[in-house]
Amino acid sequence: MKLSISAQTAGCSSGRGPTRTTWLGAGVTAAAVALLPALAVAEEAAEAAPVFTAEMATQLANLTVGIDTLWVLVTAALVFFMNTGFGLLESGLCRSKNAVNILSKNFVVFAASSISFYLIGWGLMFGDGNGFLGLQGLFALGGPDNSPATGEAYEGVYTSINWTGVPLYAKFFFQLVFAGTAATIVSGCVAERIKFVSFLVFSFLLVAFLYPITGHWIWGGGWLAGLGMWDFAGSTVVHSVGGWAGLTGAMVLGARKGKFGKDGRVNPIPGHNMTSVFMGCFVLWLGWFGFNPGSTMGVGDGALIAHIFTTTNMAAAAGSLGALVTAWLLLGKPDYTMIANGCLAGLVAITAPCAWVTVSSSIIIGLSAGVLVVAGVLFFDRVKLDDPVGALSVHLVNGMWGTLCVGLFANPDLAADLLANGRGALIQSQLIGIAGVGVFTFAASLTFWIVVKAVLGLRVEEEEEVDGLDYGEHGNHAYPDFQTVTVGGIAGAAPGVGHASAYQAVSPLALQPGQRGGAA
Amino acid sequence: MKKLEAIIKPFKLDDVKEALAKEGIQGMTVTEVKGFGRQKGHTELYRGAEYVVDFLPKIRIEILLEDSKAQRAVEVITAAARTGRIGDGKIFVSPVDDVIRIRTGERGDEAI
Repeated sequence: MKLSISAQTAGCSSGRGPTRTTWLGAGVTAAAVALLPALAVAEEAAEAAPVFTAEMATQLANLTVGIDTLWVLVTAALVFFMNTGFGLLESGLCRSKNAVNILSKNFVVFAASSISFYLIGWGLMFGDGNGFLGLQGLFALGGPDNSPATGEAYEGVYTSINWTGVPLYAKFFFQLVFAGTAATIVSGCVAERIKFVSFLVFSFLLVAFLYPITGHWIWGGGWLAGLGMWDFAGSTVVHSVGGWAGLTGAMVLGARKGKFGKDGRVNPIPGHNMTSVFMGCFVLWLGWFGFNPGSTMGVGDGALIAHIFTTTNMAAAAGSLGALVTAWLLLGKPDYTMIANGCLAGLVAITAPCAWVTVSSSIIIGLSAGVLVVAGVLFFDRVKLDDPVGALSVHLVNGMWGTLCVGLFANPDLAADLLANGRGALIQSQLIGIAGVGVFTFAASLTFWIVVKAVLGLRVEEEEEVDGLDYGEHGNHAYPDFQTVTVGGIAGAAPGVGHASAYQAVSPLALQPGQRGGAA
Repeated sequence: MKKLEAIIKPFKLDDVKEALAKEGIQGMTVTEVKGFGRQKGHTELYRGAEYVVDFLPKIRIEILLEDSKAQRAVEVITAAARTGRIGDGKIFVSPVDDVIRIRTGERGDEAI
């Protein structure tokens, strides 16, 4: 997320004449008014030069902080809203009998993340410390800090994030929603069979310890940053971390009942609501316009954030199309769930390089991500890893790919700092980062899952899994008015598996136009 | 009295209902069912995993009739529900022991 100076100065727009003139005119007028008494005295003075007062300087500085803070908070709100997207997407791709459970997981994970990141996560990630973790200002944002002071003027213990001139709470909230995103990625991998309490506890631990430690390495001034590894908005920090934790979770949990047949057959378990998937995907796409450009944590002159908006969008579009074509060619039809995964894969892949690559590169990155995600879905099924929503293919695979793309596609005009030691060195640093975060997160998350399993249990009872977690875990039914289980399930799948359809309740018996409901 | 149970394609429901109404047959009970006869299913892919769709959505119409009207009703339903393609459905005709109207307690033909 560190800005390179060359990126900041790239491409300044010039079409702002009227505004600049008006501003200048206002300034001159204000200065003239301020000077009136002086003019009255010094009559010989032909023309007084406009004076830039200290007060004006302070106001300008405040305005800049204000605009940057507004930017950070608005983009953070967009990223916060991505939790809606995840909830809609995941529940749509899973069965209706688990809808409440999936929505609850996605909901509560943000609440848990908020608390744990506040209590200790922020401090571990951004506190001054050593190359591996923060050691100062660990608890409850308690360390000394004089944000929004930046650079040399900064005095405090969160030095690694002193490059952005916004108040501490703006920095905190922005980073918090990123942590929440990493945690919610896990929920997709473990859906439809994990105990709610176990997921809750794991999420708390993930955001309190795992996410901040690896985050410290890259964004907190740790050893990977020192090696010259770059990750603008978090393909590694957020997405691959969520992916690794989801991978180990899926491994320890095992597949859903009925997903894999004894003869090695892969059984489809279709999602129950494609409209929900669609909405979730678009909400995520929208939210990413906060995720990537917001990581500048400053408006600057607008050029960089506009550039990032564009690369982000192009990667999403190209990812959608790449997955669409790949699915069409490999599987015969353009499966909508693959297109949606492709969109998200493109977004994940562009997350690391978004500020440092050209728009045409972002299209290539997106396209390749779309191809990779379809391959990933097929691969994970083949190795008997049950990922109900494709989260591993989207976030883990493309989190790594996007990080590597920084090295492959970094543009010299946009990323001079990154390429200071040559492209080869950059690629090497990216690979070290991918591997380092991978090894640590894999091992640590696996340990956490095993401990949680030993203490709390991890998987629901088989009968509950068949009946649905909504009632078993929450005592709720998602759709009590509708018949949610259709007769005539998929061959080879567990009883109660429904055929994929947009809505279960639409039928020829629905009200005809002009007809009143209710019995006569 | 006879009970007609007609399994038809869902989109034919309106046609059958109107055709029966023209014959003076107003009452019916309709349920959504799934089934197959000789109409084979087809294979689909969901995210790369193959599955066979055997059961197809159908509508079951149940009608109670006096014996004298049963044959005509069968003809009417058949004509209205036919598309000529596989999967048009079947009609089952069975005898009924008794019919009771719950509101009034009438029995037999008066209750139809």
